[in-house]
Amino acid sequence: MTQLFAYIAHRNGVVEDTAAELAVAARTIDASAEITAVVVGTGSDLDGACQGAAKLYKEVWKFDVPDLAYPNAEMIRTLLVNVLPADAMVLMAHDTFGMDLGPGLSIKLDSAYVADVVGIDGMDGATMKLVRQEFAGMAHTHMTCDTSAGAVISLRPGTFQPGEDADAGGAVTDKSGEAGDVGVKRRFLEVVEAEAGDVDITKADVLVSVGRGIEDQDNIEIAEELAEAMGAVVSCSRPIVDAKWLEKSRQVGTSGKTVKPKVYLALGISGSFQHLGGIKGSPFMVAVNKNPKAPIFQVADVGIEADILEFMPELTEKLKG
Amino acid sequence: MDILVCVKRVPDTAENEIEIKGDGTDIERDDLVYSVNEWDNYATEEAIQIRDDKGGTVTVVTVGDEEAEEVLRRQMAMGADNGILLSDDAFEDTDGRGIASILKAEVEKGKYDLILTGAQADDGAAQVGGMLAAMLDLPYAALVNKIEVIDDKKIKVGREIEGGNQELNEIELPCVLSIQTGINEPRYVGIRGIRKVASVEIPTHGTGDLGLDAGSVGASAAKVKRVDYFTPEMGAGAEMLEGSMDEMVEKLIDMLKAKGGLK
Ligand SMILES: Cc1cc2nc3c(=O)[nH]c(=O)nc-3n(C[C@H](O)[C@H](O)[C@H](O)COP(=O)(O)OP(=O)(O)OC[C@H]3O[C@@H](n4cnc5c(N)ncnc54)[C@H](O)[C@@H]3O)c2cc1C
Ligand SMILES: Cc1cc2nc3c(=O)[nH]c(=O)nc-3n(C[C@H](O)[C@H](O)[C@H](O)COP(=O)(O)OP(=O)(O)OC[C@H]3O[C@@H](n4cnc5c(N)ncnc54)[C@H](O)[C@@H]3O)c2cc1C
Repeated sequence: MTQLFAYIAHRNGVVEDTAAELAVAARTIDASAEITAVVVGTGSDLDGACQGAAKLYKEVWKFDVPDLAYPNAEMIRTLLVNVLPADAMVLMAHDTFGMDLGPGLSIKLDSAYVADVVGIDGMDGATMKLVRQEFAGMAHTHMTCDTSAGAVISLRPGTFQPGEDADAGGAVTDKSGEAGDVGVKRRFLEVVEAEAGDVDITKADVLVSVGRGIEDQDNIEIAEELAEAMGAVVSCSRPIVDAKWLEKSRQVGTSGKTVKPKVYLALGISGSFQHLGGIKGSPFMVAVNKNPKAPIFQVADVGIEADILEFMPELTEKLKG
Repeated sequence: MDILVCVKRVPDTAENEIEIKGDGTDIERDDLVYSVNEWDNYATEEAIQIRDDKGGTVTVVTVGDEEAEEVLRRQMAMGADNGILLSDDAFEDTDGRGIASILKAEVEKGKYDLILTGAQADDGAAQVGGMLAAMLDLPYAALVNKIEVIDDKKIKVGREIEGGNQELNEIELPCVLSIQTGINEPRYVGIRGIRKVASVEIPTHGTGDLGLDAGSVGASAAKVKRVDYFTPEMGAGAEMLEGSMDEMVEKLIDMLKAKGGLK
């Protein structure tokens, strides 16, 4: 069995939630595997992240590289190629960093790549059995991956939920000396923070959230009328912001805001993981969608199969009494 | 600047209900409405805007069957100068890495300053751009939502990261970028625009033209294989309300009241 590695994402000295999820996934590949956590960064933030990783993994490799105070995926890819065995099995999160790193890493390691994995059904010799989704979550697929020459596997965040695991009491080994030259043709400049908008959807108890099913800019008004009748705030999925029908500050999801309402109305939203990733605190979720097979119905509490353009005015009218 | 944009023809998930065939080998494709991958439209628009600003050409390329030609024409109607179809029976059942290696062979036949892909397509893997860059040994940035040309040697790119924040980078040309939605507002193309380019010749390149060994692509080369499509055992899912619209809305109002969803 090839050696398993987990690439640990961290911020401000704290490991991301995905650090624990990768450990769960690794155990579904091989329950007895010794998994090595790889943590790259610099200074006290890196030390904090290594301590966090050592609670989850028995073995932690630390790479202190001053140029990598910010995780530049191109440089980290070069570093990983320098330090990992060619047949390594590398796990990472399918987040904005993983998408930047993973595909190229698999080429440079000359290994297989499977992205956005939502399930692992174990190994059959060197063949890994995995589950993915296609067509915006509307179809599931069983996949196999030949890992004999190594593999890079990225896992959908939030899928491999950790239980109450004991502290792994791991040891941190400083491997900075092996990092090698990581200079590349892409230089990190700065992070520009998202702008605050006119309303703060993260504070709302009730959200009327509209997706591509709203069909037309003129129909946003219908959602606003409903929100007003409910005493709610209007939020939306990403395509509505891309079309510039609502401000970016209204977008719910991994690349938008994280909201914690009591009640969430998902209207004409299919239920992509990037959208659902922005909804926390298990609100009472109502989904209205004209497609009975929309993935949103798997996660909602209550569903209505209907055209939202008929549903919204009806509800508004009844509330106004 | 000479720009290559990689585009994929995909079933339009906003227009279709995806049904899995009884034997699980594929989805029902007969009545599907196809279109160009949403992300690739933004990539094409970005390329056109850069060309209009700085000069140069925009070439669109796709790996697919004859029907994939329609997405090339659509992007040419938007304003792309050239289209190239990469098609061969040997390309069937190719995995993402195989698609990238086919594209690499085409890239090496030309000379491009900038190569754009979409951030992801219908399989949701977000893999082809990063693989292509690594195969060509070019710098890469994923999820690009801003491009600013500094000079003919380097550009400034914004990458979208979590929470809607933006990571700014300086990157040397030539490079490969995967484009995120929202970077621009793709122009609309009407039937008339498509008619205008209907007779423009689009060359088709296969394994021979590309100097590819048929064994290096297709099912035999794929390390990653799709075994089947299936419908997973799901939890209970949502409680679906029944009845007329009037009845469903009445029921919902009672539920919302109980959950504190109404003021
Ligand atoms: C890196 C990255 C980050 C992302 N971040 C986010 C994010 O933060 N937030 C986000 O939302 N997305 C995000 N996305 C996009 C995400 O993948 C999906 O594309 C998006 O969430 C889809 O939005 P939607 O559900 O509104 O549209 P669709 O998936 O197109 O769904 C529209 C739904 O409306 C239904 N419908 C259509 N018309 C009607 C009608 N008249 N009545 C009722 N139902 C109707 C359809 O059946 C369908 O289910 C991100 C993607 C990437 C790659
Ligand atoms: C009949 C069939 C069988 C298949 N069998 C397998 C299999 O056995 N194993 C397997 O792993 N995959 C298989 N696939 C998936 C197929 O190879 C995918 O096209 C490939 O994985 C890349 O798509 P993606 O959606 O993952 O692209 P992503 O990496 O998500 O797409 C990102 C960007 O890459 C570019 N791009 C992607 N595809 C193309 C293309 N064809 N032409 C030009 N540019 C492109 C576009 O710019 C796109 O926006 C099969 C597909 C079909 C139709």
